[in-house]
Amino acid sequence: MKELMLGNKAVARGMYEAGCKVISSYPGTPSTEITEEAAKYDEIYCEWAPNEKVALEAAHGATLGGVRAACAMKHVGLNVAADPLFTISYQGLNAGLVICVADDPGMHSSQNEQDSRHYAFAAKVPMLEPADSEESRLFVKEAYEISEKYNTPVFIKMCTRVAHSQSVVCPEERVEPAQVPYVKDPTKVMMTKNSRDAHVRVEQRTLDLIQYAETSGINRIEECAEGSLVNGKKIGVITSSTSYQYTKEVFGDKVSVLKLGMVYPLPEKLIKDFAEGKDEIYVIEELDPIIENHCKQLGIQVHGKDTFPICGEFSQNLIKKCMGMEEPEYTTIDAQIPGRPPVMCAGCPHRGIFYILHKKKIMVYGDIGCYTLGAVAPLNAMDLNVCMGASCSGLHGFNKAMGEAGESNSVGVIGDSTFMHSGMTGITDISYNMSNSTVIILDNSITGMTGHQQNPTTGKNLRGEPAGKVDLEALCRALGFNRVRVVDPYDLAAVETAVTEELAAKEPSIIISRRPCVMIKGTVHKPAIAINQDKCKGCKACMQIGCPAISFKDKKAHIDPTLCIGCEVCKQMCRFDAIGM
Amino acid sequence: MTKNIMIVGVGGQGTLLASKMLGYVLLKQGYDVKVSEVHGMSQRGGSVVTYVRYGEKVYSPVIDKGEADVIISFEQLEAARWVEFLKKDGVIITNTQKMEPMPVITGAAEYPEGLIEQLTAAGSKVDAKDFLALAEEAGSSKAVNIALMGRFSTYFPDITDEQWQDAIEKNVPAKFLELNRKAFELGRNA
Repeated sequence: MKELMLGNKAVARGMYEAGCKVISSYPGTPSTEITEEAAKYDEIYCEWAPNEKVALEAAHGATLGGVRAACAMKHVGLNVAADPLFTISYQGLNAGLVICVADDPGMHSSQNEQDSRHYAFAAKVPMLEPADSEESRLFVKEAYEISEKYNTPVFIKMCTRVAHSQSVVCPEERVEPAQVPYVKDPTKVMMTKNSRDAHVRVEQRTLDLIQYAETSGINRIEECAEGSLVNGKKIGVITSSTSYQYTKEVFGDKVSVLKLGMVYPLPEKLIKDFAEGKDEIYVIEELDPIIENHCKQLGIQVHGKDTFPICGEFSQNLIKKCMGMEEPEYTTIDAQIPGRPPVMCAGCPHRGIFYILHKKKIMVYGDIGCYTLGAVAPLNAMDLNVCMGASCSGLHGFNKAMGEAGESNSVGVIGDSTFMHSGMTGITDISYNMSNSTVIILDNSITGMTGHQQNPTTGKNLRGEPAGKVDLEALCRALGFNRVRVVDPYDLAAVETAVTEELAAKEPSIIISRRPCVMIKGTVHKPAIAINQDKCKGCKACMQIGCPAISFKDKKAHIDPTLCIGCEVCKQMCRFDAIGM
Repeated sequence: MTKNIMIVGVGGQGTLLASKMLGYVLLKQGYDVKVSEVHGMSQRGGSVVTYVRYGEKVYSPVIDKGEADVIISFEQLEAARWVEFLKKDGVIITNTQKMEPMPVITGAAEYPEGLIEQLTAAGSKVDAKDFLALAEEAGSSKAVNIALMGRFSTYFPDITDEQWQDAIEKNVPAKFLELNRKAFELGRNA
């Protein structure tokens, strides 16, 4: 039965059909739905791990226990998981292991545009790259076969346009592989001779996998229609993933295509044979010139990044433009169209914190999550951010350089989920190496940005069932902080007092700003409040907090009752007592 | 020949449900279909777009400038933002509702006047109605997506009312079924 399926859901379907039994992941756009969809199958145990390194180690542990397992992450998550990755590649498995990594060309929801294919080469782990949902399902199943036959983890590499596009899928039944018994094997301890032997095994495995790449059919040639020429030449295109779709969209069967389903290791003879007899070969791949450089190493002249950009996403028009072909005409109008950037929701508990930090002109080292939106106007309350957890450790380094001047006027700001991911080690650097730094944990009781996943501080597991709960206050004290205080971010005066006092204190401190995300289902909101139009002086003080429910018309501020959730932060901004029930 | 439909609006307006329903009905017609959405950051009140493509065989999951046969817009400014994606003879079906983006709220930019007129003057066929009012008439402002789909259905006479009714039933929660059927009908006859 055909159905339209999101690429990520198709990956989950492939895992289900392959008999996968354990999935451990950390959410991250555009990979999150893989684990969420897999969790809908009772046959698969699924969990949110505190971070990607833990997730990969847990999934690998499950394969040593003899069942097929998986983990999923976004591209930057693979940086976190890189440590176990390289050694798991050596150690091998006891049952199939699939690692899904989702890149984000165009950076729709990411802080960088790294090309995860480099990890496949660096860790010598085979990587399959589906181009639509049906391939996502089928490649996952094939990945388990490769994993067990060659004793290696296998990457499934997604990108935003494959992960978040729906296309037609024909689901099949699940298989139930028997659990493989665990047998103690002294060569599994990765040290000295064992590691040296393992490296030799890995190099032989790569040679064997090149043979697979040459012959398996996962890489396929689609010859052009007889006698087809483009710009008077017989063209061959080597491509993969979504770039294959754009290529076919533009050229149809006017060019021959070598469609690579496996991007590591790459075939050699297949590429040489394909190039034979073509006037020109183009490599069409997003981001880095990985396939292109491989072709050049084989001594094949190809066009690649001399024709197509290294930055950003591709599309059919981009390929036409780069190839000197005509693009479609389109309509334009003269009106200046204001941007519509994403904003913090009405009633977002982060708003009060960022307003006070902005007001007090404090240097804010931010982190990864919804609260990165604190950087935009009118709050403008974030100086910088890097990666998960850098708000704590980066702030510590900043203060070691700045001394008292930094310590008394800077904070790190990190969400609850991000804190559990990578913040704990950062604040330990603060307490252990004694910088007088202040970190604010924005505890909104959920992982917000990626769509409301549970985490170790929420007391619920991935399925929303009761689970272990980390006590943030006790944890911070145990990590060496004497000053740990909790504040309600809806109370601006309390927030200001807490920030002022903790920055003045002569020892490091943690402020936990605690309020559940307004978007969590079941959160009880107060009724919407309104602005008394007679009392409103039109001073716009209430608009300094950047709430999307407040607008300004006819020299007065107005609150949209359909958006307002009654947080009353704006009420505290008003000097004329104009805001209330 | 592949046909291209874009659904544009503001994060939270229910564009994803409209694309889900459209994908469902087109697949039932026997077409190859691709639906491409953006998740994550832009859902927080930002500008959102979904691409729906169908035909005998669909390759690219995205629609590019000058390619859309129809743009279904949930908000005026968003119709104007995406007009460059419309084909020369394409149709814009737009809700006349205005939602001020943050740069307008803070006074950094102005919400342009006369957008519908400008779109028409530029040569686009514009079908602009107050679909929010129709949704409210049906019983909930949240049904604006289904009201717009009702209007959209008039451009596709090959798809029968029965098939649309099936698509509504399969894609909206049962307790809101009657409300959405009414919104669809009001949009269709608007």
